[in-house]
Amino acid sequence: MELQAVLMAAGGGSRMPDLTYNTPKPMLPVGNKPLMWHPLNLLERVGFEEVIVITTKEVQKMMSTDPKMKDVKMKLDVVCIQEDGDMGTADALRHIQQKIKTDVLVVSCDLITDVALHEVVDLFRAHNATLAMLMSKAHDFTETVPGQKGKKKTGEQRDFVGVDQSGKRLLFMANEADLEDGLSIRKSIMRKHPRMHIKTGLVDAHLYCLKKAVVDFLADNKSISSIRGELLPYLVRKQFSKTTNCPKSKDDADDQTQKTADGSTNSTELLICSRDEPLLQLAQERSCWNDHRGDMSEAYHGGKLRCYVHIMDQGLCYRVNTLAAYIEANRLASKLLEEPAVHPSAVISERCQMGPDSIIGAQCQVADKTSIKRSTIGNSTTVKEKVKVTNSIIMHGVTIEEGCNIHGCVICSNAVIGRGADLKYCLVGNGQQIEAEGKHRLVSRF
Amino acid sequence: DGLCNTDDIERSKTEGKELTKEEKQRLRKEKKQQKKNKEKNDEKTSHEGEKKKNKKKKEEQPAGSASQPPAQPSPKVPAPAPPPPAAAAVPVPASEAPAPADKPAKSKADLKAERRARQEAERASKGKKGDVGQPAPTGKLKAPPSELQPVVKRLPEHVQVDNPEVVKKLAKKLERQQIPLRSDYGYKVSLFSHLHQYSRKAPLTQQLGIPSTVIHPAIVRLGLQYSQGIVAGSNARSVALLHAFQQVIRDYTTPPNEELSRDLVNKLKPYISFLNQCRPLSASMGNAIKYIKKEISNIPSQCKEEEAKIKLLNCIERYINEKIVLAAKAIAKYSIEKISDGDVILVYGCSSLVNHILCEAFEKKRKFRVIVVDSRPRLEGREALRRLVQKGISCTYVLISAVSYILPEVSKVFLGAHALLANGYVMSRVGTSQIALVAKAFNVPVLVCCETYKFCERVQTDSFVSNELDDPDDLIVTRKGKTQLEHWQKVPSLGLLNLVYDVTPPDFVDLVITDLGMIPCTSVPVVLRVKNVDQ
Repeated sequence: MELQAVLMAAGGGSRMPDLTYNTPKPMLPVGNKPLMWHPLNLLERVGFEEVIVITTKEVQKMMSTDPKMKDVKMKLDVVCIQEDGDMGTADALRHIQQKIKTDVLVVSCDLITDVALHEVVDLFRAHNATLAMLMSKAHDFTETVPGQKGKKKTGEQRDFVGVDQSGKRLLFMANEADLEDGLSIRKSIMRKHPRMHIKTGLVDAHLYCLKKAVVDFLADNKSISSIRGELLPYLVRKQFSKTTNCPKSKDDADDQTQKTADGSTNSTELLICSRDEPLLQLAQERSCWNDHRGDMSEAYHGGKLRCYVHIMDQGLCYRVNTLAAYIEANRLASKLLEEPAVHPSAVISERCQMGPDSIIGAQCQVADKTSIKRSTIGNSTTVKEKVKVTNSIIMHGVTIEEGCNIHGCVICSNAVIGRGADLKYCLVGNGQQIEAEGKHRLVSRF
Repeated sequence: DGLCNTDDIERSKTEGKELTKEEKQRLRKEKKQQKKNKEKNDEKTSHEGEKKKNKKKKEEQPAGSASQPPAQPSPKVPAPAPPPPAAAAVPVPASEAPAPADKPAKSKADLKAERRARQEAERASKGKKGDVGQPAPTGKLKAPPSELQPVVKRLPEHVQVDNPEVVKKLAKKLERQQIPLRSDYGYKVSLFSHLHQYSRKAPLTQQLGIPSTVIHPAIVRLGLQYSQGIVAGSNARSVALLHAFQQVIRDYTTPPNEELSRDLVNKLKPYISFLNQCRPLSASMGNAIKYIKKEISNIPSQCKEEEAKIKLLNCIERYINEKIVLAAKAIAKYSIEKISDGDVILVYGCSSLVNHILCEAFEKKRKFRVIVVDSRPRLEGREALRRLVQKGISCTYVLISAVSYILPEVSKVFLGAHALLANGYVMSRVGTSQIALVAKAFNVPVLVCCETYKFCERVQTDSFVSNELDDPDDLIVTRKGKTQLEHWQKVPSLGLLNLVYDVTPPDFVDLVITDLGMIPCTSVPVVLRVKNVDQ
């Protein structure tokens, strides 16, 4: 087997507390499908047959009841972890170390993308890389976020990513928070790669191909708890460390004895040697290829640990971890899905005006003289007459009485919007009731 | 095997098909061989003495006549040694009548044994020369029987992309093996429209699923490395191929009711098709694959799976060691004799063997300098330059357009080869034939270094009939911010041609240095013949 897929669906959604109040983030509807359905769909389309899903018990329960999750034909091996255990992504990987038999592809549940996955995996295969990840040029979210007054500059700390001239090899990665007194780059890196492009406007898609040796390394190093925050910068730094060259040993037996003899020191080292190392060396020596030009060193500067990144400049790639991203994703969901925008079981009266960008869920009832534009309406929602819904996200089981005017809102499940209400850029929580004739602007109601 | 031959010719005769010209030629050869054998036998028996000679003549003749129509130069061939005496023994009693009076004391069996022993002794004393002479025809004859069976002509090596039937057949074959078909890219120059032209930006993995289940991951990785040029160069590709096969063999388990010797070969076939789609196989890879397939088929059926696997892995190690590593050492040893102090050596592109030779010569304290000639679009010479300068050799670097200006300084030209063809032509990186031509014009000796495992039975006199087309977008270059050829596809009369190989005629090559020694270019067929016999 070449790759095992792992879906991380235990995240809390800490950056959108309003939405995840009642519904855990992996089950938030995007385009009327749970959020975690999208990365699973990507994996299924590419050809995976099994996925290990790391999630919480709550999500697992919801997964088993949700009809959309039954569409997923892959075998889902669900591993539950404690919600409040404060487990990082690397801790989760360590938890399932026994199940990992080969190289692993880690995906986050909030990734919605149409990337050609083979681009990332090809980098991983061709260069025998230790890490291959996906990044994308960030898009600005221009829509007003409901419930937030004014454009809140959340002061997101920037990520600095350094790549080499080809744009594929990852040389440097740091978050602004860790760089207290300026960005410093080691001379050894500059000597090997004198031309480096440093980019800041990139979104990390949290899709990583990792070698099995990394998972084993994590098992021994319990201090690393987050893949993105700690493991990745460690691996990127380790590329240029002098101690990464593995000891020249002829067979596995030697490796084993060395491990036990040295005890602690070797177990904290990342052993990247493969069997038949001498043959691979011979092939590389005889090959007339080099990945860089201008200095006297061989291909890859003789380094065995290599990190690669594929930067998408076209196509969709969203991480739904903020409210703005959630709204944007919903808007674009209709483009991603192959199903018809209007569910066949929805009852829509003839005198309803529906825009092409809208998605109507199952068993909806939409009455006459309504206008639904650029909106997503969830399952079992009732929309009465003379309602105008634009640019909004309406989740499941919502009742919208007559004469309402809803613009740019997010209305969570089972809410009731009273007659004649006029809502603009509002965020209505689960089960809330908006009184009749209410007029609200930029309000969050819980 | 000779007996099989008999059956085939018998069969084709009885089936009433007219024997083709080749078969007639073969029969003629066999008859000649037969006569030669008889004469040789007669010569031999003249040593033994009168009586024995008579006996021998009588037994050889019936033996000869018994196997008259097909060739049976069997008495000399070591393997079927027991049968001929047995066959000879049968007619002997028939002709026994006149003889027995002369041999009262010894029994027939003793005499037979003595004769056999003497035959063996003489065979051994004759040495390799005799054996080579005799088994060679059988080698040649062994090859035809397999082709005689299906009378349909199969040309597995010839790529015919402009023939839609052949393309359809290929597509069907790939579909059967569950391998995606790689589509051609861009406008092809008409002279080369029979070859494939792929784009590097459309790898075959686009159409494969992730994770790959049909094709072993090591092979997928190898195919990617080939198509992206990460593993390039004849030796590197063969070593990487054998390494990948080692991994495949390690991960292989025999399915129930199957034999390893047959099933593993069938498993390898789709992998080879896949690699062929990623990048056309080189001659050295072809020979390596033939060797592996032969080794696998020769595994006895009672051999346990583990043992068989270990045996195959060792075979691969041995092959690489003998044919690549030790061959390089041998070639370096021979070449160093040809490099004298004060030499100016010209090399072209990046040949791993030539680089190895020069580094070894430098270590043996020869004083020489090197001129590295390079050509677009690959610019492999830069890598050769790096390796030589790293060792401390003083180098000059020019592009191929300057070769006629630089040649007056040059004392020798060392060229590497991708393959050596059966008619003595050298197939190498495009541009090599130009270098050889100019060197000939300047009377500079041209030495080609090539291991014997790259010798190929193909015959080619021009670079058109069989070649490889690389990605045409490689020719596009950006200078001062302008990319002139960016939209070459939109110009209807423009075609970009990026050839990879060309053939150099043997008149331009003065010497070929192989691990068997230094031979002239025209002796390649002899080496091939000897190789076939050894196998």
